[in-house]
This record gives sequence, structure tokens and C-alpha cells, in this order.
Amino acid sequence: MSSTAIRVRPRSTGPGHPGPRRAKGVGLGLVAWLAGIVFFLPIAWMALTSFHSEEDAATNPPSFGAALTLDGYREFFGTGGGASPWPSLINSTAASLASTLLVLLLALPAAYALSIRPVKKWTDVLFFFLSTKMLPVVAGLLPIYLFAKNTGMLDNIWLLVILYTSMNLPIAVWMMQSFLSEVPVAVIEAAQIDGAKLPTILARVVAPIALPGIAATALICFIFSWNELLFARVLTGVVAETAPVFLTGFITSQGLFLAKVCAASLVISLPVLAAGFAAQDKLVQGLSLGAVK
Amino acid sequence: MTATTTAPIAAPSVRTEKPPSGRLRAWATRAPLLPALIFMIVVTQLPFVATLVISFFDWNSLYPDARHFTGFANYSEVLTDADLRQSVWTTIVLTVTVVLVSLVLGLGLALLLDRKFRGRGLVRTLLIAPFLVVPVAAALLWKHVLYNPEYGLFNGLLHYVGGPEPDWISNTPLLAVEASLVWQWTPFMMLILLAGLQSRDHQQIEAAKVDGANEWQVFRYLTLPHLRRYLELGALLGSIYIVQNFDAVFTITSGGLGTANLPYTVYQSFYQAHENGLASAAGVLVVIGSIIIATFALRVVSSLFREEVSRA
Repeated sequence: MSSTAIRVRPRSTGPGHPGPRRAKGVGLGLVAWLAGIVFFLPIAWMALTSFHSEEDAATNPPSFGAALTLDGYREFFGTGGGASPWPSLINSTAASLASTLLVLLLALPAAYALSIRPVKKWTDVLFFFLSTKMLPVVAGLLPIYLFAKNTGMLDNIWLLVILYTSMNLPIAVWMMQSFLSEVPVAVIEAAQIDGAKLPTILARVVAPIALPGIAATALICFIFSWNELLFARVLTGVVAETAPVFLTGFITSQGLFLAKVCAASLVISLPVLAAGFAAQDKLVQGLSLGAVK
Repeated sequence: MTATTTAPIAAPSVRTEKPPSGRLRAWATRAPLLPALIFMIVVTQLPFVATLVISFFDWNSLYPDARHFTGFANYSEVLTDADLRQSVWTTIVLTVTVVLVSLVLGLGLALLLDRKFRGRGLVRTLLIAPFLVVPVAAALLWKHVLYNPEYGLFNGLLHYVGGPEPDWISNTPLLAVEASLVWQWTPFMMLILLAGLQSRDHQQIEAAKVDGANEWQVFRYLTLPHLRRYLELGALLGSIYIVQNFDAVFTITSGGLGTANLPYTVYQSFYQAHENGLASAAGVLVVIGSIIIATFALRVVSSLFREEVSRA
């Protein structure tokens, strides 16, 4: 049910409607193409600029056909003498992967207890998880900061892992609950009658059906952790700095640096673009906390 | 969906042969849920309670000894301070503008994408891309690469047509922040509305067409009522995310020129001004605002959810 919702459904246009109607269809197709190009233009321009030299990047009118170079990327990766982005990229990768793993470890059993073998009042529990997502991050920021300061957890990647887990756990529980509900009870019962134990049922019956959904959930959690700025900005310093915090170093202009900014923005966005396109079909379901399938 | 979800309250005893004892069994069912539940309560609810407590204290972290209970003084200061009141207003304007504009654009794009045309998959991918740029990177892109008054792309393109070449961020700071957010959030709205469009009853639409309904009538009397809850959901989820926006305000204007919203103000008042009590009071106000939105959001989500459950 869920996997087909967003996919293109062929529409039965009746036979024999040529002429103006067809022309209108083509026209609207062109409008859609135009809209797609307009929305993508800033990204295309960012990519092109990242391959220009700093002199060609800062011209008016813009130099569309300027010579291509990798200087922006060399500058960004620190061969030009600036701070190296590698520690922040490694921190972001570690924090995002570790929190995604922790989310899955906590959310999978919870989703099981909310779908396949539901506890009483399981909808109330589900809505409790959702309501925590609606509590703004700033509401708890100060106590978390004071706690971290007093326990020496400031500038520590593990604090971010815990906070990102709390940020993504409700989304994961909601998504996985809906994926696990798709496992037919009859199949589970048949396996039980045949004498299969719980681990076997989970591995042989539940996993094959729920795995694509679990993968999409993981990708979406990864994206949100990778993107996060406010916690990282407040709670990390030199050691645990993440990639978005590294990017805030470009907020004030530093002379000719457009190609470098574009290279940095693009490189740091690449994991998100890749994960997002990989999870495209389940993206809405995750972002709407499972409400839209 | 499965039968489990259609009969949620029914005891799950069907699947067990001989329950050792009712209470033990209930705990065995609950056990997988507890780690996640306890984790969420500790990490999200406790800090909020602490914020609530701190909000009643006059507490500047530079003068820790002068900390004392002040009742609602912080709240009255937040609500009477011109800057803070401004930031409440900015938050409302920012959220409402971004949500409404991206919802309307998203609806237009979803309607376009619901039609069949050559390259539809590719256009959909192009349209989703802005949502998949890291928010700080997107804000940097708009600030430096598009808005820059001397060599930004906008003024570069205006140069060709001989138009004026304004300093976008200085002249229209809030609009500059809003435009970048609309660019990122329109794809989100489009995805939700597209899912709504594709869940329409196509037989009903065909029947209406056979009965002579034109396209506008189909849209007005069939599509729009069906989309209503998807529009509500998009608006509410968008509001929840955008009320909390920090990245764009922090990056594009650093809260200057009247663009500081509440999250930025909270960040600034304890991180830079060290006013813990004031920051907490402002934080509690953000929460109250969010709860108002969230109450409606939960209602919409739950009605969609129950429909899904009962449809199965």
C-alpha cells in the first residue's frame, strides 16, 4: 500500500482526444519542466561555480563559460592553508551513523510492540512519541547545555549522538510501526503453528517484508542528523565540530571565496542528496511522520 | 494494514498458547517498548521541565551568586521588551509567509506533476533536490552566490535585462530569508500534496467527467475537498519545522536587520548574553506556540491515521 502511493500511476486517458487537448497537455508538461529547471538552477549554478576559479566566480555579468578548475575543491580541502574540513566531516559521519544505529536499536523493538504484538493503548503511545517531535529544540537547549558543561560533556560527539537519537526516534518509531503493520498476521500465525520460534519468525517472515522500509527510515534519520546545526553549534567546539558547524565559518565574506563556498556546500550536501534520492519513495512517509503513505 | 491494527485494543492472547500469568505476559509485551519510551522521557521531557523551572529565576550565568526566584518577571520582560516582542512577531510573519507561499507553489507543482508527460521522473527529481541541500549550505548559497549585490547570480541576470541591481539582504532582509526557505520547503509541500493527489478515487473522477464535469469543477468539488487534509497536514508540519528554524536566520542575516526569530533570540540570550532566566522564558513561549499548532497537527495526523487503520 505504502510503496505504491507515490509512484506514478498511469492515468487512463480515453482514446481519441487529439487536437487542442493534447496541445494543452504538452504545454503543461513544458511548464512543469520549466518549474523543475528554475528550482534546480541555484544548485546547478552552485555546482558550476565550484569548478570556476575565484576570479571567474565573482564577475558581473556571470561567466557561464569560464574555464573549469578544481581550485575551489583544493582550497576547501585545506591544501591552500585554511582549516581542514576532514575532522568535521569525520565527526558528522560518526555522529550521524552512530545515532542512526542507536535509533534503529531502540525503534525496532518499540515498533514491534506497537504493531505486530501491540501493547494496550498502543495508539496513545504512538502519539506520545509524535508529540515529543513537536516540542521545539530550543525548549530544552539551555538545561542540556548546563548539564553538558557541568559533566564535562561539552564538545563531545557522544552528546550529539544522544540528542540526535532523541530527535529521530519518534520519526523512526512512526515509520517502522507502519512498515511492520504491513506484515500479514496470518503469515506469522502460520509460522507459529509450524513451530517457528520468535527469532526465526523475525528473520524469515518479518525482515524480508519490512527491510526496505527499515532502510528508508535509516536514510531519513541519517539526513536529519547530518543537517542538524543548532545543537552542534551550541554544544561542540574545536574537537567535536560537525560539518554544518564548519560551514558556518563561511558566513562572513572573506574576499574572493565563492568557488570555495560552493565546493564546500556541495561536498557537505552530497551525502544528503545521495541518501535522499535513495529514499525518494519513502521520503514523504518519513517527513510526514507516517501520516501520508 | 494488518488485522493487528484494526483491532488494537483486543488482547493479543490469540497467539499465545498458555500464558504463565496475566501480569507477567503484559510486561513481556511491554518490554520491547520500554527502552525507547524511557529514553525519550529522559532526553526530551526532563530538560523541558528544567527550562520551565529556570524560567522563573533571575539568573545570569556571569553572576551565578545573584540567582533568585522572580516568579513571572522573565515572562513580563520577554513580552514587554521591544526586541523580544519583535522576535515573536518576526517568528509569526516568517512562519506564516513561508508556509503559505510554499504550500501554494507546492500545490501548483503537484498538480503539474500529477499529469503524464515526458521526463516526469526527472522533473520530480529536479524539484526535490532543493530540499536535499544541507540547510546551512542552502543558506550560504543564497547569501553569497545568489544575493551578493556585486557578483551574485540574481544581479548578474538582472544585468542582462538592464534592471536595477539591489542589495537584496540589506533592502529586504526578512524577504531574503523567506525566499530561501520557500525554495527549500516547496518540494516538501509538493511531495505531500502529490501523495494526496495520487490517493484520489480515479473512478469517481472518471464518473464525474462522464457526467459532464469540466476540469475546474472536478478540481473544485472533488480534488480540493480530498486534498484538504493533506493541505492541513503540510501547513501544520511545515509550521512545526519552520517555527523552529535557526539555520537560515543565523546564516543569512545573523539575526540582524529585524530578522531575529524566537529560536535565534533564545540562542543569543543565553549563548551570548548569558541571560539564562530570560532565555528559558522565551523558550517556554516557543513551546506554548508550538503546542497550539501541535494540537491541531495531532488531530489531523490522527484522523488520517485512523482512516488508514479502518480502511485496511
